[in-house]
Amino acid sequence: MDILVVLEDKSGNIHRMSQEAIAGAQQIGGECGLSIGVLALGENAPALAEQASQYAVEEILSLENKYLFNYTADGFAAAVAQVVSSENPKYVFFGHTYQIRDYVPRVSAKLKRPFLNDIVSYSVQGGKPVFSKQAFNAKLVTALQLIDDSPCIVSFQSAAFSSDTIQSGLASVRSVTVNIDAGSIKTVPEDPFQETAGGVDLSSADLIVSIGRGISKEENISIAQELAKAMGAEIASSRPVVDSGWLPPHHQVGSSGQTVAPKLYLALGISGAIQHVVGMKGSKNIVVINKDPDAPLFEIADYGVVGDLLEIVPKLTEAIQAFKN
Amino acid sequence: MNICVLVKQVPGSEAHFSVSADGLWIQETELPFEMNESDNYALEEALQIREQKGTGEVVIVSLGPDRCQKAIREALAKGADRAIHIKEDAPYNTDPYAIASALANTIKDEGFNLVLSGLQSDDLGFGQTGVILGELLGMTTATLVVGTEVLDGKIRVKRELEAGWFQWQTMDLPASLAIQSGLNTPRYPTLKGIMTAKKKEIKELSFADICAVDELQSFNGLSVQHAEKQTEMIAGTVDQIVARLVDILKNEIRIN
Repeated sequence: MDILVVLEDKSGNIHRMSQEAIAGAQQIGGECGLSIGVLALGENAPALAEQASQYAVEEILSLENKYLFNYTADGFAAAVAQVVSSENPKYVFFGHTYQIRDYVPRVSAKLKRPFLNDIVSYSVQGGKPVFSKQAFNAKLVTALQLIDDSPCIVSFQSAAFSSDTIQSGLASVRSVTVNIDAGSIKTVPEDPFQETAGGVDLSSADLIVSIGRGISKEENISIAQELAKAMGAEIASSRPVVDSGWLPPHHQVGSSGQTVAPKLYLALGISGAIQHVVGMKGSKNIVVINKDPDAPLFEIADYGVVGDLLEIVPKLTEAIQAFKN
Repeated sequence: MNICVLVKQVPGSEAHFSVSADGLWIQETELPFEMNESDNYALEEALQIREQKGTGEVVIVSLGPDRCQKAIREALAKGADRAIHIKEDAPYNTDPYAIASALANTIKDEGFNLVLSGLQSDDLGFGQTGVILGELLGMTTATLVVGTEVLDGKIRVKRELEAGWFQWQTMDLPASLAIQSGLNTPRYPTLKGIMTAKKKEIKELSFADICAVDELQSFNGLSVQHAEKQTEMIAGTVDQIVARLVDILKNEIRIN
């Protein structure tokens, strides 16, 4: 195969972002005449392979190995590197998840091949895909030039492609094996757990007022809370507000926190770092207030105000209270 | 417990910058620079681990031009013992594999038990360097680390998973850990720290000294992101802005 898409397991189902990577492979493969294979590995490999066999791809590789039953970077990196070496695809595609961040740089180092991560777009030049990623905290975007033709490893940012566009088909499944030495697994994982239960499920909120670093001080948070109360909205935040201890973690929106898609996402003093944006870019209406005109979040805003939220928000609260009464 | 901390100097987070004429980097003149944010958390974690263990060195390794000595001195002032500065002038490497290879070559004979790095740099934003370096040096690796607990010959590490999930794992030493922001409270340098930092060793190497490898990938065509969305920018006095916002909320978005 020309493109090998590696699947991530989400409780026995193909992870949404792996589905997006398959959609991307089909789109890029179609434009550039590249065939697609899919690799399922880990404890649920057979179930993932079965699901993937309903997509329009050339073939599915199913890898079962006892050292891959629990995820470790040691095991997964060794396994994927071996499969890539024996199958020799031109491209290896992943969805850019936390698991991929943990082990795929090791695959890159084992194979001495570039890992183009968190890709947001591509163009076709000379019949080949050229991939682009964000840089400088999402303020800029850059194409990535490669030292030579292939193979290269690519991971796509959430929603770079849509799983809605996957073409169905029928693909055969073939078993593959790898050699993993017991001594090479030097990591013993414990069970994953969730920290705080408690707090509102932001993913079901209709209206969200979200607070970023631009709030400047803990004392100012009440200004945003007053606005949320006047609007009947829930409060959310970006990571730095939680890191500073100004709000408890369950308010955090982003890849490490909750993913939301409310009718209104009103972002106050949030710059728009990638890890935050992936958690809210599906919002139906995004209103951004930030005093930095270069804040990347304006790129995805429906409405934007370059201004001081500390001046604007209290007046906005008053005005909303007025029209509600 | 000898710990290496990888520190990078990046443009200040509030800085306004523009792309250079050749599209390969940004205009650096007049820009403020600072220590990369997650590197600061990595440094604090290293200093705390060393304090718990009671002995061992914390050594800073930084790749960059002369200006990065400011970030190095800041790290030394906070309590690191010595530093290695690998001098690189523009045009800078933009390949995490080449960068990690250079760093690995520099530290391979130092026998560090732990290498701590920031999760990702605010400029390139790959988030791969620490993990690649760990692989090259035969270490265990983890990224998105939000907690550490040193055991005998091993380290227990808390990793962040998506959507509020976490996982602890125990890893053999030596280990290379990429540290997520927010896991500790970075200290400020004391006046005494700043004074003693001036006498701490900064060993200077050049990129050529350490046999760097070729870049497997590089930045080519840096530009401002083009918005695909139509954004209505609301301007005017505060009162005018508020009036327009209320109109939008009430009549266009219909918040009720």
